[in-house]
Formats: sequence, structure tokens, C-alpha cells
Amino acid sequence: MLDGIDALLLARLQFAFTVSFHFIFPSFSIGLASYLAVLEALWLRTGKALYLDLFRYWLKIFAIAFAMGVVSGIVLSYQFGTNWAVFSDKAGPVVGPLMAYEVLTAFFLEAGFLGVMLFGMSRVGRKLHFAATCMVAFGTFVSAFWILSVNSWMQTPTGYVIGANGQFLPGPSWPAIIFNPSFPFRLMHTVTAAYLTTAFAVGATGAWHLLCDSANPHARKMFSMAMWMAALVAPVQIFLGDAHGLNTLEHQPAKVMAMEGHFESHPHGAPLILFGIPDSARQRIDYAIAIPKLSSLILRHDPNAPLRGLDTVPRQDQPPVGPVFWAFRIMVGLGFAMLGIGLWSLFARFRRKLYDWPWLHRAALVMGPSGFVAVIAGWVTTEVGRQPFTVYGLLRTAQSASPLAAPAVGASLLAFVLVYFAVFSAGTWYILRLMAAPPHPHESDLAAAPEAPIRSAGITPGPTQQTKSNAPERPRTQPEGGPRDDA
Amino acid sequence: MTPDATLTVVWAVIIAFGVFAYVVMDGFDLGIGMLFPSFKVGEGRNRAMNSIAPVWDGNETWLVLGGGGLFAAFPLAYAVILPATYPLIIAMLLGLVFRGVAFEFRWRDPRHRALWDLAFAGGSLVAALSQGMTLGAILQGIAVENRAYAGSWWDWLTPYTLLTGLGTVAGYCLLGAAWLVWKLDGPAQDHAYRVARLAAIATLALLVAVSLYTPLLDAEYWRRWFEAPGIYFASQVPLLTAIVTSALFYGLAKRWELAPFLLSLALFLLGMLGLGVSMWPYIVPDQVTIWDAAAPERSQAFMLVGVGLTLPLIIGYTGWAYWVFRGKVGHEGYH
Repeated sequence: MLDGIDALLLARLQFAFTVSFHFIFPSFSIGLASYLAVLEALWLRTGKALYLDLFRYWLKIFAIAFAMGVVSGIVLSYQFGTNWAVFSDKAGPVVGPLMAYEVLTAFFLEAGFLGVMLFGMSRVGRKLHFAATCMVAFGTFVSAFWILSVNSWMQTPTGYVIGANGQFLPGPSWPAIIFNPSFPFRLMHTVTAAYLTTAFAVGATGAWHLLCDSANPHARKMFSMAMWMAALVAPVQIFLGDAHGLNTLEHQPAKVMAMEGHFESHPHGAPLILFGIPDSARQRIDYAIAIPKLSSLILRHDPNAPLRGLDTVPRQDQPPVGPVFWAFRIMVGLGFAMLGIGLWSLFARFRRKLYDWPWLHRAALVMGPSGFVAVIAGWVTTEVGRQPFTVYGLLRTAQSASPLAAPAVGASLLAFVLVYFAVFSAGTWYILRLMAAPPHPHESDLAAAPEAPIRSAGITPGPTQQTKSNAPERPRTQPEGGPRDDA
Repeated sequence: MTPDATLTVVWAVIIAFGVFAYVVMDGFDLGIGMLFPSFKVGEGRNRAMNSIAPVWDGNETWLVLGGGGLFAAFPLAYAVILPATYPLIIAMLLGLVFRGVAFEFRWRDPRHRALWDLAFAGGSLVAALSQGMTLGAILQGIAVENRAYAGSWWDWLTPYTLLTGLGTVAGYCLLGAAWLVWKLDGPAQDHAYRVARLAAIATLALLVAVSLYTPLLDAEYWRRWFEAPGIYFASQVPLLTAIVTSALFYGLAKRWELAPFLLSLALFLLGMLGLGVSMWPYIVPDQVTIWDAAAPERSQAFMLVGVGLTLPLIIGYTGWAYWVFRGKVGHEGYH
């Protein structure tokens, strides 16, 4: 049945599938953690109960997203060894410690602060609780820091020496490995993407409830905050993406050639290909719609600057052009659509119609998942663009895989697909159900939920449960009032 | 840039500690998962689940630490063992996914509660069986050539690995039942006592079977266990096991509450020591020592800083969480 499909391709598909699924949840929880910190800070500063309600509303959603991120992340920490054993052996001394730091950070964050953040408000007091929220937000960032450092090292490896047994070994300086050339750009671009993803998810939720009831003050507030993010951060992200692209041009020119669809070199200024159908076999773009010299202007800031094409790269070193070309266009297209929504919202504010413009709300609703799509498209661009190497220019993907039979990998891929769709569809459904419920005053506290406070992988429940398990006579629906009374 | 001999031993101890911490802590979670269908629908099941709800996820993260630590400190071992036990590892991960989300979804979705209960029990069983069989697969030997696994993808399936798998299932059930003896009262506790006794008998029988089988696998194991000088140290392990097991049965008969759990933990510790006797200093028996597999000194030293800072905090917090949730589980809803 699996004749003609080799184990390598199946292993790549499996990694792409599990990592893409996993990536969706952290890209939401990184942004959401910061949003929660902002909401709590605003509540502490202004004393307005509205912010506390919003905090509690999004906290429930955060708990599920975080839990699914943890469950799918455990799979990844083993996937390197199961499917990419040769890579693990060769690159382990360099990337292993960085990943261990990522694990320790995530571990510490989970154990230490998430429980307090989710369940501990009535126990530890507001200031300490706010500190815990900030630590969770900071922790998600640190986690991203380490894992993106690993990824960036695979794209632009520096600071290593090659050992006698063919392993990559750390050179004298760890900072030279951690802060490899593409890392600062990738980190900023990815974290900003996470913020935008969250902003559009929050914005769509607000828009949905505004369409139902444009007077709902909670929906107004979340929509307004999300639209400020869209208006301010989308342009920043486009600028960061451009900087990241220039960095890629410097270190991984073949990837940029694939993104641009430049099979041919252009000694007198390269055109910007808007659309076309790349044909790797014949090394050309069919039906191209192009703007002359614009690519050189963007990439070299000179319309007549020469740009090399894939004809200067040996065929066996070229990335697959199709996926990179298309994914890049999806990402950039969505980035500009986000900018469009941001500008529209500014115009709506100017006309004082931000909360009463159903078409804006419908557009924001449609754009709700755009961040997730853009993040995955960006991921495909950079990861497929790294091919055919795992460690760019040094270790080929074909020489990185475990010695496994195709049926073994095929069966596990099928199992992952079935299980992930079943389990994570259920989780996503629960999140959507929470989002569909309108936010309202006196939003319930997680710790005071009557039967089922949200708790799953990665969530150590806070001490409020202690009082429950030890003192069952205590009424269940109290401590909400505590922080709110004087608010 | 060679591995540092002492640092490598330090890391071997850290990994061994991580694995032991995982096995005993998630062991009782998985045991309760497997015993779950034997508890009555309603209060019995709710209380059994409540007794681990606050701690299970912290327990499971030791598994991530074990995997991450192995990758970083002993990349060659990570690169050999995981492909050799590929189907087992994948099955374990998928089992843990089901087990993990069942905690949450069971409560969010009462209409499908029976389904999530099944996911909870089935996921726990698959994870426990895979872990035990992985251990057996490592002990029975892995074909290694050129720094890579050289066997086929069904090599792990033998009568021996089935035996270690079942032994782990029984052992986890014992841990789970002993934990419930400590955390419950009333009829549910009576049930836990009965199950604990059965699980203890099964664990003991399988432990003896595995212990007798292992030296027959390989002359090296025979030499370590039955010839001087190994025997002077090695013989203490079965001796202590006999004492601990007797105390365990006595304690269960006398309806002691905490002691059965502690004695079950002691049984696992002795199992770990026995493993040490069989394996040290190999990480893949007869093929790869911890020094062969070790990452260079710079890698291990760099990581040790992080572990030295965070591990004490993690242990401290974990202890605190257990302290907070001490005492019997209440009779009300999900706490």
C-alpha cells in the first residue's frame, strides 16, 4: 500500500503535522498571556470591574489553549528521537541543551505560576496574583526564546565545531550559538505574529458579540483593544517581516529565491512576481504576473540591483519552490489584510462608528482565524525553505532520519492524524463554545466554578481548592465578591 | 571537547532521578486510570479522580524532563533507544494524550462522559504497558551499528517484553490502589484495599518472573547477579524486596493507611536498584555506556546550570502542592 512513498517523506509529513498542530496553541497562548496581564494591570490601576470580567472571560479560554499546547508539546519532545535519530545524535550536543532550557522553563512556569494565576486570586491577594500573571506571560516568552533559538540555529548555524565522530559540538561561546544570525529577527517576527494572532481572535470574538448586541460594554472594550493592536502592530509586523526577509537573503538566498519564484537570475533588476504557477521540474514560473524591478527595489533598495536566481543553485540543493512560493503569498496577503482592518478601524474611530459598523464587525469576524493561518503559512515558508537540509547547508534531511521502515512511520502518521483530529477538535469546540457565550458582568471565577473548574495538562490547580477539599461545608460560590467589592 | 567523566555520572544520576520521579508519581496516576472502571460510576470514580486531579500534570512533566534531559545529555542513547522502541513510544504518547484530556473533557461534556472515562482508562493502560515494554526492550538488548539502531521495527515484541509490560501494569495498579487507600475512606477505601492486595500479588509474581528471566537473557546479567563480586551487592536487592513485600501484605491485612503506599514506593526503588545492577554503566546494554553516549562537557555543564537552578524549585513546589492537597478527598464534586 505504501509502495512509492518513502519513509523519509512520511517522517517529514508526520513532523510537519504534529508541529503545525502544536504551533497553533502556543501562538495563541503567548499573546493571550500578555493580554491577560494587560487586563489585570488595567483592573488594578483603574479599579473598573469591566477589566476583571474580561480577565476572567479570557482566562478560561487560555486554560484550555495552554493545556492543549502542553499535551501536543510532549509529543514533540520525543519526536526528534523517534523520527530524526541521526539529527538528534549529530546535533544533540548543540541543540539539546537549548531544548532542555525550553523544557525547564515550561516546567517551572507550569509548576510555579500557572496554578496561582488560574485559581489563586482569593488566596494570594491581588498584587501577588498580578505578579504570577506577569510571570506566566514572561514564561511563555522565554519558552519561545529557547525554542526559536534552536530553530534559528538549524537555519543559520554558528558557533559550533565538528567533532571527530561527525557530531556538531558547541564551540567556546554559547552566546554565539544562541544568538545566531537569524535568531533576533525570527524571535521578533514570531512573537509579534503571536500578538497579532491573539488580537484577531479577540477582535473576532468582540465583533461577534457586537453584531449580536452593539451595546455590550465588554464586547466593545475587547473589540476596541484588539483593533488598536491591529492598527498599531500590523504595520510593525510588516516592517519586521521585511527585515527578516533581508536577513534571510543574506544567509539563505535560495529560500528567498523560492519565496520570490526567481528561477532565473536578473542582472539588471528583478521583477516582483505577484502570482504565477511555479514549475520546479522545468525551472520556471508559468502565467506570471509581475511588476518589473520591484523585487530588487524591495530586497536591495535599488531597482537595477542584480538578483541571483535558482539557476545559480544546484538542483539537489534547491528547496521545493511551490509550497514556499504559495505559503509566502498567503502570509503576506493576510498581513496586508490585517493592516487593512487596522486602518479601517482607525477610520471607524474617526467617524465614531467603531461599535456600530456591522460590515467592519463582519470583516473582523472573518479575519478571526487569519492569524493562525498566517502563522502556519509563515512556518511553512521558513521550514520548507530550509530544505533539503535540517542543519542548513551542513546536514541533509535525507541523512537525518531514523532508520525506520515506511509502514512503521505510515502507521504512526495515521494514528496521529486520527487522534489529533478527534481530541483537538473536541478541545477547539469547547473553546469556541466559551467564545460564543457573551462576556457579562460578574464573570465567574475559575476557582469558584460550581462543578468543573478548568484544569488539564499543564495546570496545577491553585490553593483555593485546598479549602474546598478540606472544608466541604464552605459554600461554593463565594470568593468572587472579594476583590470586586471595592473595585 | 570530550565528555567529562564525573559530569557524565552526575547527569546519569539526574536522568535516573527524573525517570524514578516520573515512574512513581505518574505511576500511581496511571494505576488509578487503569483501576478507574472498577470503581462505581458517580461518587467512587469522582473521588478517585479528584485524588490525583491536582497533581497529575505536574507528575507527567517529569516525562518531558526525562526525554529532554536524555536528548541533551546523552544524545546517542536518545537516538538509538527511541527508533528501536518506535511503536511503543508512539503508543505511549497517544495514550497520554487521551488520558490527559480526559481529566478536562469528562467534566465539560457530561453527555459523553462514558466515552471520556474509557479514554482515561484505556489511555492509562496503553501508556503503562508501553512504558514497561520499553524498559524490557532496552534490557533485552538493542542492535546498534554505526551509531544507529540496526534492527527492525518489531524487535521489541518478545515474551520478555510482554512480561515487563505486564509487570509495570501490575506495579502501577499497586501504586494507584495504595494511593487510594491513603486518600479515600468508607466503601471506596475497602475496594482499594481489595484491589491493592490483588495488585500486590500480581506485582510480586511478575517481579519474580522478570527477575528470573533477565539473567537468562545474557551471560553478562548472569555474571552480575550470580557470581562474585557482584552477588554480594546484588543479593541484597531480592532480600530487601522480600522484607518490603512481607511488610506490604502485613500492612494491607492490618489496614494501615499510609504504609502500603510508602512500601510500594520502596518496592519500585528496589526495582530501580536492580535495574542499576543489571545495566550500570551501560545505557544500551552491552553496546553503549553512559560515557559513549554523553554529550561533550560544554553541553552538559551549560545545562547543569539551568537544572541546578530550577530543579530544587520544582521539587519544592511539587512538595508544597502535595502538602496543600493533603488529607482525605472530600465527597463533593470535582475539587
